[in-house]
Amino acid sequence: MLHTFVALVEDKPGVLTRVASLFRRLNINIVSLTVGRSEKQGTSRMTIVSEASPTAGHRIMASLYKLENVLQVDDIGQYSSVSRELALIKVAATPQTRSHIFELAEVFRARIVDLAPESLMIEITGVESKIEGLLQVLNESEDRILEVSRTGRMVMRRGEHTSRVLDAMRVAGVETKDEAEEEIVEIAAEEQV
Amino acid sequence: MGETKTAGTRLTGSEILWATLEGEGVREVFGYPGGAILPAYDALRKFPIRHILVRHEQGATHMADGYARASGKVGVAIGTSGPGATNMVTGIATAMIDSVPLLCITGQVSSKVLGTDAFQEVDITGITLPVTKHNYLVTRAEDIAPVIREALMIAKAGRPGPVLVDITKDAQQASADFDFAAAAPRPHRPHPMLRAESESVLKAAEMIRAAKKPVILAGHGVIRSGAREQLTALAERMQIPVASTLLGLGGFPASHPLSLGMMGMHGEAWVNHAIQNADLLIACGMRFDDRVTGSLATYAVNAKKIHIEIDPAEINKNVKVDVALIGDLAEVLESVLPHLSARKSSAWVKEVNAMKGECAVRDIQNLPDTGHLYAAHVMHDLWRATNGKAIVATDVGQHQMWEAQYYKHEDPRTLITSGGLGTMGFALPAGIGAKVARPEKEVWVIAGDGGFQMTSPELSTIAQENLDINIAIVNNGYLGMVRQWQEFFYDKNYESSPILSPDFVKLAEAHGIPGATVRTRAEVLPAVQASRERKGPFVINFLVEKEDSVYPMIPAGKALHEMIRRPGHNPLIETAQDA
Ligand SMILES: Cc1ncc(C[n+]2csc(CCOP(=O)(O)OP(=O)(O)O)c2C)c(N)n1
Ligand SMILES: [Mg+2]
Repeated sequence: MLHTFVALVEDKPGVLTRVASLFRRLNINIVSLTVGRSEKQGTSRMTIVSEASPTAGHRIMASLYKLENVLQVDDIGQYSSVSRELALIKVAATPQTRSHIFELAEVFRARIVDLAPESLMIEITGVESKIEGLLQVLNESEDRILEVSRTGRMVMRRGEHTSRVLDAMRVAGVETKDEAEEEIVEIAAEEQV
Repeated sequence: MGETKTAGTRLTGSEILWATLEGEGVREVFGYPGGAILPAYDALRKFPIRHILVRHEQGATHMADGYARASGKVGVAIGTSGPGATNMVTGIATAMIDSVPLLCITGQVSSKVLGTDAFQEVDITGITLPVTKHNYLVTRAEDIAPVIREALMIAKAGRPGPVLVDITKDAQQASADFDFAAAAPRPHRPHPMLRAESESVLKAAEMIRAAKKPVILAGHGVIRSGAREQLTALAERMQIPVASTLLGLGGFPASHPLSLGMMGMHGEAWVNHAIQNADLLIACGMRFDDRVTGSLATYAVNAKKIHIEIDPAEINKNVKVDVALIGDLAEVLESVLPHLSARKSSAWVKEVNAMKGECAVRDIQNLPDTGHLYAAHVMHDLWRATNGKAIVATDVGQHQMWEAQYYKHEDPRTLITSGGLGTMGFALPAGIGAKVARPEKEVWVIAGDGGFQMTSPELSTIAQENLDINIAIVNNGYLGMVRQWQEFFYDKNYESSPILSPDFVKLAEAHGIPGATVRTRAEVLPAVQASRERKGPFVINFLVEKEDSVYPMIPAGKALHEMIRRPGHNPLIETAQDA
């Protein structure tokens, strides 16, 4: 099964290698790994998605904590959370064939971020299934995908129902429904503007 | 250089290295010089630190390891970049898997040429990443003191292990302010998953009270944690027999009536039977290694399991347990003991003792001399002569198992052996390290003819340092443990296991070390006594039975009770039942 860990680590050379090497040592495949600076100076936050037996979670977490540069680990699987991935997709398209891709992008709430005479680039953010969905549709409509770059899953635990937005939407029961999630996030973003 | 500890003294990186080690109480290091570590060696004479020059950097790491195991302190090894550093890898891996605190210091090429394949450049932090608890690359003189202090702390903290610090040559040469106190590390973050909740403690206590057939499994953690007193209290109060892992031997006195001896692949039959028949296993600082469990599917199937362990990553790794108490063993036992009141006698202990049989029957001292010299005789006589009180460093192979079976260790830190990695060549350097750490103790090195040849140049280190070490070579003309596997599992195809050796006594003599060759049973004790009485090193070459095997033996992957037993015609017996 897929295990998702979020780890707060020291932002130092070699820390990524240590984390990756741990999974290699345990003979566990990393499905995706994203990393970037966190809110705390000198630290980064990683989301690690790995494929391992259902009982492996405890050992992976305990082993991550044995790395001196790892400050905090969360096994996200057991908690309700928000999950996002960003993908850039370059598709072959001429000015004549562009328009149906624009429509597709609209449906998937993706954006066109680059236009060239023979290609265009789509930016899409969402849960993995949404990105898979767009890729599938592009493939089925015989558009030639030239390049795909995906960040892998980023995950954050939900607040403990403290968000006013969540309360107002009365969505405590729908965390697992992807579309509902997306709505909330978008509304929340709008509120900030 | 006491004045160096005052704040703001300007020193070179090399001086800072030694001053920091001095400040941390390090008085002995094992090492070998070379270009990238020469600045450090140049500064050494200003500091009250004894440097033992080794003959191979692997030896330095095993010496530091033996030093650490014998003393409980951190062992320090030092070497140069490139080949010096790679030679240390085996010793580092040996310490890692056995949880031994080491600090390994390596020189590195100058920071300006890092990554250019400069002469003797090797990425040693990369190479040792999976076999160190942590490692550092230091490129600035001002980082040396804080890194060394933190490295020493990490090596000791929680579950101990080796830490490597790679210091570039320019960092050793540059100058920086030295302030020992200011370089103190932040307190070590305890593993956040350490917990022995009071409910779990109560549950464990209840399971112990309810158990009819409990067995304690005593591992290396007993020794590391210094938990002998608490372990003895638990065993005596509840009348629980104690089985030991190889690295646990000495943690509980072998002469104690509740001591069973070693469990596992070459454990005595009654020990493994007791475990298989138990209704409760109390695992104390051990990790259910495959050498002690045999097949997991059939391991102690009727027993509930309590696991007391400092490393949360060990819980449910091999064996699923009913209660886990994660923390320092001595502390956890302290919290369990108040919930247990004394049990008088136990039918279970009687049952286990009956399996053991009559000691006198088993005592090979009482067997007639058949003219054959068995390794077991050697171990037995060594044990007698030293009352089970010497520090014994063993190598890897049959002799290691015979030592574990026949040398009855009374005290913690007296058996020094490579358990997890099974590193041949360990004994001689580890024995040197032990002697340096505990000069007042009698030290015996017991090695096979094969393993001894892996690190025998360290005889020269012994001669140079004039160390009073007793060396017993159990010479069977074979890579004996390999031959045994070939006998049992490969149709006696003794491919590449017969091994030619030099005349070990002459080899010793070439180093100025006296020695003796022993061929018969009657010569064993006199030779042992001659070695013990002599101040200084002594080598005994024991020419033992060539094709003897270690019994009992659980073939890999078989159940703990499916032992291969010693064939009846052999004059050595392992249990009373065989007599
Ligand atoms: C460095 C290393 N290489 C190979 C082995 C595999 N091995 C385990 S025991 C053994 C034979 C040891 O022979 P010897 O030192 O003569 O001891 P004996 O078994 O004869 O007592 C070997 C080759 C090992 N443990 N370590
Ligand atoms: Mg041999």
